[in-house]
Amino acid sequence: MTAVFDPGAAATRATDAILHDTLHGTARGVVVDSPPGAGKSTLVVRAALELAEAGRPLMVVAQTNAQVDDLVLRLAEKNPELPVGRLHSSDADPYDKALDDLPNVRKSAKAGDLTGLSVVISTAAKWGHVKVDEPWRHAIVDEAYQMRSDSLLAVAGLFERALFVGDPGQLDPFAIVGSEQWAGLSYDPSASAVTTLLAHNPELPQHRLPVSWRLPASAAPLVSDAFYPYTPFRSGTGHDDRRLAFAVPSDGSGPDRVIDEAAEAGWGLLELPARHTPRTDPEAVRAVATVVRRFLDRGGAATSERSPDPAPLTADRIAVGTAHRDQAAAVRAALAELGVTDVTVDTANRLQGREYDVTVVLHPLSGRPDATAFHLETGRLCVLASRHRHACIVVCRAGVSELLDDYPSTEPVQLGTVVKFPDGWEANHAVLARLAEHRVTWRP
Amino acid sequence: MPLPRTRGTALRHRLAELRGPDIAAKALDARALAALAANPGCKRRAILDGAGVNKAALASALGSPSVFGQSQFAFTRGNAFEAKVKADGGAELLRLVHEKLDRSAEPPAHARVPELTATGPEGRTARTALALREATETRGEWTLLDHPMLALDVAGSPAFLEPDAVVVHPDGSWTVVEIKSFPMLDGSADPAKVGAAARQAAVYVLALEQIAARLGDSDPAPRVRHRVLLVCPKDFSNLPTASAVDVRKQRAVTARQLARLTRIEDIADTLPAGTCFSPELPAADLTAAVEAVPATYAPECLSACELAFHCRARARASGAVTSLGRSVRAELGGLTTVEGVLSAARGESGDPDDPAVAALRRAARLRAEALGREAETLGNEAEALGHEAEALGTEAVAPCH
Amino acid sequence: MSLIATLARMEAVSTGRAQPAATVRHRRLSDRPLVFVPLTTAGEAGAPLGALVGTDRDAPHLLVVPQPRDRELRFAFLSELADVVLPYIDTYADDVEAAERGETDPETGKRVKVEVELCADAPQLIVPSRAGVDFVRLLGRSMRFRRTAEQDPETPYPAPPRVPLLGRWLTHFGERARVPGSSLLLAMTDVLARHWATGQSTLEDQHLGALLAWIDPPPLSTSLERGDPQSASTGAEAALRAELARDRDGQLLCPPAGPATDPAFDNKLLAPAIERYDRARTALAAAEDGLEADDRLGDLTAAEREIRALVESRTRPTWDAVWRGLDLLRSRLPEAGQHVEERWTRDRWSFTGHRDRVLAGEPPQPRRDDAVTAANKLAAREREQARLEAQEALDDPLVMAGRRLAGEAFAGEVTEVVMAYSEGKRPSPRPLVTVRTDDRPHLGERAKVFRSLGGKPQAAEFVGYEKAPEDAPDDGSALVVLRVLDKMGRGKEPEEGSVPEKDDLICFTLFEHEQRGGAKLPDPEQTPWTHGGPPGEQVPEAADALTQEDVL
Repeated sequence: MTAVFDPGAAATRATDAILHDTLHGTARGVVVDSPPGAGKSTLVVRAALELAEAGRPLMVVAQTNAQVDDLVLRLAEKNPELPVGRLHSSDADPYDKALDDLPNVRKSAKAGDLTGLSVVISTAAKWGHVKVDEPWRHAIVDEAYQMRSDSLLAVAGLFERALFVGDPGQLDPFAIVGSEQWAGLSYDPSASAVTTLLAHNPELPQHRLPVSWRLPASAAPLVSDAFYPYTPFRSGTGHDDRRLAFAVPSDGSGPDRVIDEAAEAGWGLLELPARHTPRTDPEAVRAVATVVRRFLDRGGAATSERSPDPAPLTADRIAVGTAHRDQAAAVRAALAELGVTDVTVDTANRLQGREYDVTVVLHPLSGRPDATAFHLETGRLCVLASRHRHACIVVCRAGVSELLDDYPSTEPVQLGTVVKFPDGWEANHAVLARLAEHRVTWRP
Repeated sequence: MPLPRTRGTALRHRLAELRGPDIAAKALDARALAALAANPGCKRRAILDGAGVNKAALASALGSPSVFGQSQFAFTRGNAFEAKVKADGGAELLRLVHEKLDRSAEPPAHARVPELTATGPEGRTARTALALREATETRGEWTLLDHPMLALDVAGSPAFLEPDAVVVHPDGSWTVVEIKSFPMLDGSADPAKVGAAARQAAVYVLALEQIAARLGDSDPAPRVRHRVLLVCPKDFSNLPTASAVDVRKQRAVTARQLARLTRIEDIADTLPAGTCFSPELPAADLTAAVEAVPATYAPECLSACELAFHCRARARASGAVTSLGRSVRAELGGLTTVEGVLSAARGESGDPDDPAVAALRRAARLRAEALGREAETLGNEAEALGHEAEALGTEAVAPCH
Repeated sequence: MSLIATLARMEAVSTGRAQPAATVRHRRLSDRPLVFVPLTTAGEAGAPLGALVGTDRDAPHLLVVPQPRDRELRFAFLSELADVVLPYIDTYADDVEAAERGETDPETGKRVKVEVELCADAPQLIVPSRAGVDFVRLLGRSMRFRRTAEQDPETPYPAPPRVPLLGRWLTHFGERARVPGSSLLLAMTDVLARHWATGQSTLEDQHLGALLAWIDPPPLSTSLERGDPQSASTGAEAALRAELARDRDGQLLCPPAGPATDPAFDNKLLAPAIERYDRARTALAAAEDGLEADDRLGDLTAAEREIRALVESRTRPTWDAVWRGLDLLRSRLPEAGQHVEERWTRDRWSFTGHRDRVLAGEPPQPRRDDAVTAANKLAAREREQARLEAQEALDDPLVMAGRRLAGEAFAGEVTEVVMAYSEGKRPSPRPLVTVRTDDRPHLGERAKVFRSLGGKPQAAEFVGYEKAPEDAPDDGSALVVLRVLDKMGRGKEPEEGSVPEKDDLICFTLFEHEQRGGAKLPDPEQTPWTHGGPPGEQVPEAADALTQEDVL
């Protein structure tokens, strides 16, 4: 007999343990793995507030300016009285204008102007230029798995101890030049910050957030099995908690059928006939745009645990994900032709950390004559398949399974490096197999 | 899973016909099995390997001999190094296994080194299986199996494999040992060579897992470790050093490729009756036979397949774009020949709304603009040569004279 | 591979000759490079078999190890190599000019300019292929920790003087070669392949003979002499011959550029010759009187001469090919000018820096970088890579064409300039410039773009696309409106020539032309706890353990 899983209680237990180690533990670092939508930002904000409350000056390191601004806004929302410093670059428009409306947020390009504030937040790149006589007692490093080891090296002297939070399943950091000569070294500068940190400090407490509040019950098991085989997580909601309904019934077309399938099952695969195409496959691009158009035209409404009343599925709750920038540009153009604006269209890299009700994904391998390591990268598919709260529709040409089977596996092996799991090939097959159960074939 | 008996027999018979009368199948060794993953989409390679055709002999008969050869210096050095590693009842080798893989176990002061000689591969395989069973049952002791013989079921026929060594740990688990003569320099080694060694070791791991599963019929099956030991010379010396290599990925890949080998039956079914790859046939007949199976040539084949020069010549003759590299295809959509691409780029063919064609024309226009040429002359001899007209001041000579 | 590069390769297939991949030369070529064509022994790590080396194409030094497994003979080879390479390096080390360098004052912590020496020029090593670069690194690694008798009288097998020093220099060259755009150590195949596209794959381009055959096929007369007028040599045929053709004894007509040798050469020619040499040496050692010894010494000399001839026969074709590659690069492509010079200056700084470290008596480069050094190197190389990509595009319209195709740059004609000013107390000029372009740049909202103005980047901001007039034909072109942001002087009115004018043809890039400095990393002694903490007291690296047997 198994106990009934109570997601709220499980998540609270994890968060309490993390905060306890952070505030009262003796280790210099605490590492938290957070799967997609497991409340990483909430955790970061809560930890920041509690550290500030305990009178410990805190620096927060995030990876992009958008992430920094987002954190500042969330902190101010939770505690408008808290004095927060936003350290920014000296470029034009260095931060979100919305910060100007927050009375207790001070902005400056000089760290010296922000001394004495409870919390100072900036990007890793900006922190890398800061010098201090007295290190901060505490730091929070956000998106630590997407931070490169050399970037951590540049800022680690600024703090005494730190909470490292991130999602190990998303895209790994990369270098634009070869870094093989350092492969296998514990401090390989091109590795992720967490890899280096744990190689040198294996005794640090490691936690993980066990519940995804974003991914619906239909998605969490697949994403967990395919991308987090050794650190499984659950969905915080049940199968009946989320519902997508449409005012306009299906017109029987491929896009409408796949929308209905996805509304029912959480997943939908719109499969176009097999064909080798360039990246900006016009048929596939149009198919993606048409699906988005139909989502809007059919008057979608999303019901979830957040509110008993259905919320209209508006353009800002929909995103399109692609592997390449030119694909994103082509989808944007196709959407504009259909009169759709305000739908986010971006590459996996830029969708990291974002959340929508519905996503439409152009499969990275669709129409390709060959698979490459780039297209098989686990993190890419993981990001694309884990941005949605309700449903995810994948548009793809037939034949990807054969393409995967023909992929040559002759990767070089560097001694001393840790093999990354899961393998991109396996993860791709797992996702495809699941999607095949929700396939709608369509000849545009 | 073994094929049903009758189907299996029929397939074996069919494959024997493909090899040619009275030609014994070339046994697949671990290197050949590992190479299955180098180009799994190639049906030509799949059927030739599956049928046990000697590809080197075939390539010579086709007039495009393979260039694989080993220097006797490398050979001598490799053998000398392996002998040094295994000297003294394998004391050094076992010390390395203990140090790199199993430090919590009792250090190997003495080890059992069972005698594995027997008649024929089947005999040696049986002897090895027996030795593995005994060693596994003898808990608390180290056992070194020097050149054991393992059988692996490949598309219904057994392949006999001979790893450098297998070590049975005191806890009854098994480790594959690969001994290579390339150096580990300051702790790192040529990644391409380590990768090849890992793929080879993964084949042994699979074979051992089959044996372990059989032993497990009565008792719990012994564990085959997924970290193998790679032993190499240290720096510039001939002293052995070692590194543990995680071969889980390679094992998964090879298992997948082996499972797919059953499709050789489907490939065989598509061949015209009477197709035969015997190197004794005239070159023209052989060429026709080989052409009857499609190949997916890519330049990487040159270092992985004996038939590569033949396939390259055919790919070039037919103007296949992949002869310039696998990645070339990515932006060409449905265009697969050099002339097709050039003519589309010149605006002579192709649908301008096809993004591949449109991009090619833009590329051709930009390239011509940068070179001060007309885009339409793309690939036309006279224009291209104009640039090279200024003769060199020095005497022009052939590359190697 | 970009579509433009793909097209170039296909054009090469179709015309039978390599096609330009650049219109200018992007690498510095010294007037007096040192060419080095090494061979190694199969199966051994760092056991050279021989080499041709020197600066005179007609008189290379031939260095040979008749028995590569003999430590003494290897040391003799390395010693001879040092005798050629080190004097060459020294000629550059002594010729200096005064220069300034920014340094941090250890007392005040402020950045100050200090006067230092900068070598007026730097040596340049050229090897046939990428494998040659790796071999330079390997040789460097095998030598730099050796001890000479002078350094350590106790050392069991003292290295000849200057061999460790050569190791340090080769290590420096090998490490510098990893920096994008540097020219201290070049692989001929890489430089040729950068400038020409052949009708074969990049893998096949690694073969120097085949690569040259595409770029400069032997003239028709060669084929005529062979009595085969039909095979007027195309690059493809010449490349195939270079790759595979063998003589009656099964030896390649065009030996591999090394350092690895062809197994057929090893087995059929080299092994028997070494065996004769070994026998002659044993016989000499066993000689019982002077007369017999003289006799046997003659045999030994003959055996050695035979091996020398074999090594020369395998290296000379490659030696000639490297020089022919240099001819082609020099005669057919003008150097890209200022940017190449600028990158070469950084090579000179690198060379001078290593010279100074050697002079200061610093220890050899460690086996593996510490955390801070590794991070600094990676950051520097990423910066150099970005810089190289930008500079090559600015120097070469063909490279820029590739960036334009990728949407990372656009060129066109200025159709309108409207004067505008910034808001604020002191309004500055912010003119709006409209550019008509056929390119399709990936311009995001308020994207920054740059053009080169007198060698300096001028920034502009993307304002939006202007609608083409109703009556204009739809030719696929777009009107891009930009706001120019800087480089217009301090006054209210922009300086003469600082703002584009109507009808100007201009090119903007979406990438920056110059690279910003990266984060300041801590000193190695300050390595933080996340990266293992300070490395502790520096101890000199131990020499490699030596095995008892003299023969490897």
